[in-house]
Amino acid sequence: MNKVRNNRAWWLILPMLALVAFSAIIPLMTVVNYSVQDVFDPHTRFFTGTEWFVQMLNDPSLQAALLRQFGFSLTILAIEVPLGIGIALLMPKRGWQASAVLILVTLPLLIPWNVVGSIWQIFTRGDIGLMGWSLREVGYAYNITSSPLDAWLTIVLMDVWHWTSLIALLCYSGLRAIPEAYYQAARIDRASRWAIFRYIQLPKLTNVLVIGVLLRFMHSFMIYAEPFVLTGGGPGNSTTFLSQSLAVMATAQFDVGPAAAFSLIYFLIILLVCWVFYTLIMNMQKDRVPGGDHG
Amino acid sequence: MAEVTRKGFVLRRTLLMAAYLVFVLLPIYWLVNMSLQSNSEILGELTLWPQQLTWANYARIFTDSSWYMGYVNSIIYVLMNMAISMAVALPAAYAFSRYSFIGDKHLFFWLLTNMMAPPAVFLLPYFQLYYTVGLFDTHIAVALAHCLFNIPLAVWILEGFMSSVPREIDETAFIDGYSFPRFFVRVFLPLIRSGIGVTLFFLFMFSWVELLLARTLTSTEAQPIASVMTRTQTASGIDWGTLAAAGVLTIVPGILVVFFVRHHIARGFALGRT
Amino acid sequence: MAEITLSQLAHSYQAQPSGEADYAIRRMDHVWEEGGAYALLGPSGCGKSTLLNIISGLLAPSSGEVLFNGRRVNELPPEERNIAQVFQFPVVYDTMTVYDNLAFPLRNVKTPEETVRQRVMEVADSLDLVAQLDRKARNLTADEKQKVSMGRGLVRDDVTAILFDEPLTVIDPQLKFKLRRKLKEIHQRFAVTMIYVTHDQLEASTFADRIAVMYDGQIVQFGTPQELFERPTHTFVGYFIGSPGMNFMSMALQGEGADGEEGDELVADGQSLVLSQAWQQAVRKALAQTDNVKLGIRPEFVELAVEMVDEEGDDRVEAFLTMVVEHSQDLGTYAIFTLQRDDLRLKARVEEGHPLPFDVAPGTEVRVRFPAQRFGLYVDEYRWEVEA
Repeated sequence: MNKVRNNRAWWLILPMLALVAFSAIIPLMTVVNYSVQDVFDPHTRFFTGTEWFVQMLNDPSLQAALLRQFGFSLTILAIEVPLGIGIALLMPKRGWQASAVLILVTLPLLIPWNVVGSIWQIFTRGDIGLMGWSLREVGYAYNITSSPLDAWLTIVLMDVWHWTSLIALLCYSGLRAIPEAYYQAARIDRASRWAIFRYIQLPKLTNVLVIGVLLRFMHSFMIYAEPFVLTGGGPGNSTTFLSQSLAVMATAQFDVGPAAAFSLIYFLIILLVCWVFYTLIMNMQKDRVPGGDHG
Repeated sequence: MAEVTRKGFVLRRTLLMAAYLVFVLLPIYWLVNMSLQSNSEILGELTLWPQQLTWANYARIFTDSSWYMGYVNSIIYVLMNMAISMAVALPAAYAFSRYSFIGDKHLFFWLLTNMMAPPAVFLLPYFQLYYTVGLFDTHIAVALAHCLFNIPLAVWILEGFMSSVPREIDETAFIDGYSFPRFFVRVFLPLIRSGIGVTLFFLFMFSWVELLLARTLTSTEAQPIASVMTRTQTASGIDWGTLAAAGVLTIVPGILVVFFVRHHIARGFALGRT
Repeated sequence: MAEITLSQLAHSYQAQPSGEADYAIRRMDHVWEEGGAYALLGPSGCGKSTLLNIISGLLAPSSGEVLFNGRRVNELPPEERNIAQVFQFPVVYDTMTVYDNLAFPLRNVKTPEETVRQRVMEVADSLDLVAQLDRKARNLTADEKQKVSMGRGLVRDDVTAILFDEPLTVIDPQLKFKLRRKLKEIHQRFAVTMIYVTHDQLEASTFADRIAVMYDGQIVQFGTPQELFERPTHTFVGYFIGSPGMNFMSMALQGEGADGEEGDELVADGQSLVLSQAWQQAVRKALAQTDNVKLGIRPEFVELAVEMVDEEGDDRVEAFLTMVVEHSQDLGTYAIFTLQRDDLRLKARVEEGHPLPFDVAPGTEVRVRFPAQRFGLYVDEYRWEVEA
């Protein structure tokens, strides 16, 4: 669509800008400010330059948290994206069943994140939780407070429970936007179920999947409340992710300078990954140069 | 023959769908189950449904003001945030979808990056900022803090819906003598009704579920239910029954919201971008 | 290839149809012979697309049978009926190239790649798509996309029939003409049964050998373009075919005791008409059965003159009237006059070289003459043959 060139449109943006500036720019400036200083007390501070950044990048515990974070984000994406697509394909398209399934599937998304943690804490406990108790009954020594593997798997399972719905709903609405004529044409062309998925449904889902993957990556990279309630980051540090490390550093230890430097690095990583992913997808969608042969 | 395989196919689909729904509902069922039991029953023999059904846990929450005020506080700042975000995002999204102006693309991109900012990054600066301006422990503090991610989200979703409305509609309305505000409220907003519904849904969702900022910016007066719930951890152990009942009650507003927008979700979840 | 028979076919989109009005297709029998080029012509909403979808198997009819070469195929899904169908709006597989799009229906049944290539090149060549073969389908213009959709139908050389559902709607007029000729060529080359749905009579008559005119869920006439023009079997065909459509005059008896007695006067929309014995008898016989009796005549056959000599004994001349020109429309090589007298309104087509000028002044009196062999008698909307 051709947009009208009109700089007065800034007036429409202004209220929004003022608010976002208040809640984003001012705090961010504070963070930048702290990240290059060493603060002893409100009146004593030294300029440290890049010292905190270097220190943070070399901190082994943070490096480990970063690795865990990437491992976690990639794992849940690898599970939630295909599963979400599958659910979307299974969801009924009309009638009361459609409404009912829609509401039930949406449910986990609307539960406060700490409550999600509580639900799974209750659900997985060996003594009072259905899942923990059942696993023990069948002979598996399930214990998320002592086994890092159990803790890790439980957090992944919780995230799948919590967020697959988002991907499923995005895809469901993407699928609904495909005109019936495409399915009719495919039947006439004798396409198999797989071919219909591969050449009609999946291409139409690309846009919503890009949105879904970006949202899921961002949110999984910022995950805090759920593991905080469920495992407290343990056993050991096995489920301590970046947000939790940061929160501990900033509010418990009051290491303001390093925490600020760490914050900026954290933020930049998310930006970078999102940007790279988005650019890759956009390039993939471009037409190949015409002139290739197909003999 | 074809009929038989078709029936098998439908059956398999239904079973798989049902399996997923069971997966979704089982942990929630367990929470409800716990909330209807007394602590002694919870900690005793594991039971698949309450043997001695009790509403005591709910009664405790509804009679203790420090408990139920948690819900009231949460709902107040969520509604405030929805109102503020909508009010500023609607004109901004209109500007982005209709006009080109100096710096529009950069501004839009910068806006989106705010959604990617981890709340943990802003914990300390927010605390200091709101403390300095005297907003600490007020509802408006949390509402404003949640604007950080909700305004960009609202602008982004609304822009998608607005761009799918043909520009000719605006032009026709102006030729017909509508002033801009009248056109915007009378003609334009009704056209993107489902977009507004979906946006409100998302605003509610992300503000309602957030814990970190809400907990940090409040202490007693505006304390959200999420941090009230930490009170169940006492020296003598966790009060499971009350925790479960409180958890169940946090799910209720979500069910109400999704019930009201259920017809728009299916179409609108693609954010106008299919 | 096959002969397609529709037997006692009816379809309603409602689960529990309560009356005639609920049916999109009303009970019909029809045979499409093998290898013909047919058009299915009718206004929007008359059930054309429904009928097409029933033939291809996308829809299951509420009752009746679809037979291919005498074999019932109701239970076969579209993919097993081996039918190609092209839709009104282009359907292309966005992420595939044009080549892959065209190859898709063949690859789905594991055709050897050598045959695929040969067929695709052949079809691409006849649709002028060779230059686009390597492009992604999403980047094509609307008419290129539609050519790809058509190409997917044409690429299969073993199909029972190819069905076209108003395929040229999105194509611009010049290309339309070219594509229609292409289809005709392809039909002649492969002699495959083609059924072409359209609401455009010109499109139907340039494409098809025989046209089925559909109205209100039924095929009301099936014939060559000439038959439809000269002997419409239903008033709807009269209205719909030709431009402008046929003139119809409601017949009634007037005079003392309008009870069908001999001697009462026959009037057409209130005007008395002098008719020959044979016609008088036929009309009276019809009026004895029903009130809905019409005389139809095409505007092309209405003869006009400023001063027309009343030739005694000319049995070709059936009826004279003096009418007034209400309005004339100059269409270049011919003109359409709207004639009026009291309640009677007629259209007449006047060719170049006629004594009346195209821009004749409104209000001019003209003599109107109807040649008998051009009349059609319609009783309850259906044609009755009259032996003159």
